[in-house]
Amino acid sequence: MKKLFLSLCLLLAIGASAAADPAAAPGAGATATLMAPDALVRDVSSDVLAIVRDDHAIRAGDTGRVVDLVEEKVLPHFNFRRMTMLAVGKDWRQATPEQQNELVNAFRTLLVRTYSNALTQYRNQVIEYKPARFGAADTTVRVQTEVRQAGAQPINIDYVLEKTDRGWKVFDVVVAGVSLVTNYRGTFTQEIRAGGIDGLIRSLHAKTQDLSGSPARS
Amino acid sequence: MNNNSSPRHTTLAAIALCLMLAAGCTTRIANPDDPLERYNRAMFGFNETVDRAAIRPVAEAYDATMPPPVRTGVGNFFGNVGDVWNGVNNLLQGKFREGLSDGARFGLNSTLGILGVFDVASEFGLPKSDEDFGQTLGRWGVGEGAYFVVPFFGPRTVRDAAVLPIDMYGDNVWGVSDVAARNSLTALRLVHGRANLLGIDKTLEEGTLDKYSYARDFYLQQRRYRVHDGSPPQEYEDFNGGDGAISPPAPASGGAAATDADEFQQGSGGSGDDRPATR
Repeated sequence: MKKLFLSLCLLLAIGASAAADPAAAPGAGATATLMAPDALVRDVSSDVLAIVRDDHAIRAGDTGRVVDLVEEKVLPHFNFRRMTMLAVGKDWRQATPEQQNELVNAFRTLLVRTYSNALTQYRNQVIEYKPARFGAADTTVRVQTEVRQAGAQPINIDYVLEKTDRGWKVFDVVVAGVSLVTNYRGTFTQEIRAGGIDGLIRSLHAKTQDLSGSPARS
Repeated sequence: MNNNSSPRHTTLAAIALCLMLAAGCTTRIANPDDPLERYNRAMFGFNETVDRAAIRPVAEAYDATMPPPVRTGVGNFFGNVGDVWNGVNNLLQGKFREGLSDGARFGLNSTLGILGVFDVASEFGLPKSDEDFGQTLGRWGVGEGAYFVVPFFGPRTVRDAAVLPIDMYGDNVWGVSDVAARNSLTALRLVHGRANLLGIDKTLEEGTLDKYSYARDFYLQQRRYRVHDGSPPQEYEDFNGGDGAISPPAPASGGAAATDADEFQQGSGGSGDDRPATR
């Protein structure tokens, strides 16, 4: 189990993951929609980590603050709908459009809260970004990164992005060979067997309610 | 998450249990990887209790008090100890280059790195590897067996649990003969390892609906990935229209601007399978 500290990456995974092109703070508009996926991952991660590193409130565990940061910088670069679909698996087809929307919102809230909290634990791991190999026609690209920390084997964190008209969007994060998204499928299927799609939605809501007294926003 | 804990006698208990349980204990087979789920869940709970009561508090104290450079040195020191066993296993798996690299790491770090406290080998471009005897067996074709939560040690498979004593012995080749010193080092290693996991178990706690099964699935996938030193790229299915496994996804369909609210319509008929393609 010692190597589960692979999952240190869990920390950085979604939190640090992809995203915001620096120019496109809210209001700045869609300047960088054509930014290459590897550049996007690199810029957003280093941007976010730099902020975390210098922000004492965040490092002290100020969740509200880090959630704001993530929502502003990171979320625009994720496709939560596709992530949710992949997490739910084939039962996704049985969900009505309303249920699907609820699932997406609930799952997004869960991920954002969890990984924002994790981001407060970032210390000084060094991240190496590997150049992505992809052709002009590719619509799915895997951007590989490696998180190094002293005295431990480096951890691979890959971001899988798809090309959309609004730029590249992350839809999966793979830590040490494990998809953090599809790894939810076993649990989600379990919940759906027990209580249907609505049961899963309820469980997700209950979970995020636990995480903070305040109502979840998404 | 619980993890390694006081060695020696517990391993015996572990093996005994392992054999008992591999035989009996049939439960509803909800997950083919986890026929021992009922036992596993109970043991997972037990490990968590032990952890909460005894191990985590110490790890938290360690985390709060150790200055980062010292902690890095501790990590490097134990990492260096482990490099010998890494190397042996790489050689056993026929990965000679990696095995030699591990040997070189041990040589460099034990000398230039002052008993392993500084990881100079990494600076020289010799990356740390991560092998154990369970992986070696996997490489040799031994099946992993059922998922199995070992008392005190946490998630394993039956195969890896069975060789736990070998791994523990092999990983201790540094052979400190003084019992007190060895025990202190073992305790320090345990606490250090646990402290490294403090962030993760919070994440697991908060981010999953069922910590047990998320941890199980994560462990198994991660283990397979390590046995094979990587895995084929995952295929991503599309559960919208119907096509089962599409990989990679068809060109962003009809130029649909994929806002979060957009459906990923890639209509077409067919049925899908329900397992992540990495299985």
